[in-house]
Amino acid sequence: MIYRENGQFRTNYRDDQQIFPIAQDRWFVIAAVAFAFLVVPFLFDDYVFKAILVPFLILSLAAIGVNVLVGYCGQISLGSGAFMAVGAYMAYNMFVRFEGMPLIAALLLGGFFATIVGVVFGIPSLRVKGLYLAVATLAAQFFCDWAFSRVPWFTNNSTSGSVAVGGLEILGWSINTPVDKYLLCLGFLVVFALLAKNLVRGSVGRQWMAIRDMDVAAAVIGIRPVYAKLTAFAVSSFIIGLAGGLWGFIHLGAWEPLAFSIDRSFQLLFIVIIGGMGSIVGSIFGAAFIVILPIFLNQFLPLLGGLVGLTISTEMISHTEFMIFGALIVWFLIAEPHGLAKLWSIGKQKLRLWPFPH
Amino acid sequence: MGFFLETLFGGLMAGVLYSLVALGFVLIFKASGVFNFAQGAMVLFAALSMARFSEWLPLWLGFENKVLANLLAFAISAAIMLAFAWLVERYVLRHLVNQEGVTLLMATLGITYFLDGFGQTVFGSAVYKIDVGMPKEPMFILDTVFEGGLLVNTEDLYAALVAAALVALLTLFFQKTSTGRALRAVADDHQAAQSIGIPLNRMWVIVWFVAGITALVAGIIWGSKIGVQFSLTLVALKALPVIIIGGLTSVPGAIIGGLLIGVGEKLSEVYLGPALGGGIEIWFSYVLALFVLLVRPQGLFGEKIIDRV
Repeated sequence: MIYRENGQFRTNYRDDQQIFPIAQDRWFVIAAVAFAFLVVPFLFDDYVFKAILVPFLILSLAAIGVNVLVGYCGQISLGSGAFMAVGAYMAYNMFVRFEGMPLIAALLLGGFFATIVGVVFGIPSLRVKGLYLAVATLAAQFFCDWAFSRVPWFTNNSTSGSVAVGGLEILGWSINTPVDKYLLCLGFLVVFALLAKNLVRGSVGRQWMAIRDMDVAAAVIGIRPVYAKLTAFAVSSFIIGLAGGLWGFIHLGAWEPLAFSIDRSFQLLFIVIIGGMGSIVGSIFGAAFIVILPIFLNQFLPLLGGLVGLTISTEMISHTEFMIFGALIVWFLIAEPHGLAKLWSIGKQKLRLWPFPH
Repeated sequence: MGFFLETLFGGLMAGVLYSLVALGFVLIFKASGVFNFAQGAMVLFAALSMARFSEWLPLWLGFENKVLANLLAFAISAAIMLAFAWLVERYVLRHLVNQEGVTLLMATLGITYFLDGFGQTVFGSAVYKIDVGMPKEPMFILDTVFEGGLLVNTEDLYAALVAAALVALLTLFFQKTSTGRALRAVADDHQAAQSIGIPLNRMWVIVWFVAGITALVAGIIWGSKIGVQFSLTLVALKALPVIIIGGLTSVPGAIIGGLLIGVGEKLSEVYLGPALGGGIEIWFSYVLALFVLLVRPQGLFGEKIIDRV
């Protein structure tokens, strides 16, 4: 009844090609972003910002990057953790080695170096695909793990192998409180989600999707596979690298290579599968799901155990988490390969017709 | 020279174990086209079940005999792997028939996580021992040729013998039994196999079961060497480059690839490692696999797949 586009006429191409052609969608998204910027900072205490919202925003950003590569271009990558690590460590080096390097510039440079590494490890994708490519990206993962723990230059010769940053500020706005961190990450997420959305709607995004759906047919109609695949690797690893920089600088503050291990790569892939492959909003849903589920289980399982007279150890909770994630991945792949994003769009479709069945 | 040979030998022994894990990958890939990421989790799960049952059974049934306990535990673990194979076929693979390889790969990632969590919930997550009576004393060979001789773990020798016996048994099974012939037919062409009346679903259960048995054997050997613990799953990550180098569809490839990786890893660690800062074992095999992919994507022994990218 409320969600209906009757009477909204699109009379020119501009109207027809906007991101949200339906007015209700447009206003909903604008309202949600405004709510996130203006209202959320006053709603929660520091714990919620630190433990839930900041990781959620950064993982959403990283998942958008992974989604560009896996969901839109169909090139499976198990090396996302490595690209995050490159972003974080190179941003750290830029920040520490150059006097007066602005924070945002350091993060963007981190993304830039991640792009270079991403393109280099993307080169095998020109010759192999699918399973073979997964192994090639795993090579990136292990190589970067090793490089950042063994080559002292990357950690600025720190003896413990871990690095830390402090005194973050942007044009006099010093980022200390969890709310500041939240706002900074939100800003990055909004800007890059918009950018990614526009890229995948545009010419290059269509090329990616054509390559994903059938590479031979795409080549026949004049799409250059080399260009399409390498741009997907570049854009994807830039966004992932940026998210890596944020993860290190803003979320962790001090970190070591373990923060970007292969488990991180799997986590990002799971976010994309659960959220929905080939959907920007799906990445955000998936990240929310994967951040909240462990916290929910931590609270809920001991309660449930208490009911039947069992004490649930923390170990048990983490094993249960593994089982639930594993089962969910299989379930989503079988029952809803397009993930939460598809459920969302089915919901919207139903809402358009409501209260009528057809 | 003696040191070089010792390193080489150590590498070969590690390689035998990589080959065993890689063998499970290859079997499943040939029969069902699934790139089974869960092989490492299967190794851990089977080893956990073996370790725990051989400890529990004497307590429950009140007997002391170690050999009997191990045999019973082996039988139970094998039965569990059969149940696992059936469940995977029934609840995962059957629903994903005709999906792309990448989707199946991600599904096996899900299975990996599930199995890791499930195994540790049921069997516990401490470090457990498997004691199947493998001799532990090192021995010296060739001490007439080199000064001081070569230090060799007898345990490793037994492991290599067991692995060789397993490979021989598998070869017999694939070449001489009707089920083996059916499996080879399925590996060649799914549709053709189905059209002459080979039940695909049952073949998948069988091949996952066979892979489960190789996982069990690999788990017992690794487990009695370094103890049964979570790090066993990492062996699977080592086995991925093995099958890339050997070729995804080739059983001899898996064995030779495993030996190559084992030797390469140890030699590179000893001779190249100091120059590069050490610890290069972790990525050496992957970078090697990367080069093989660039030069010869089908691996050393794989069938040439004509597939334009």
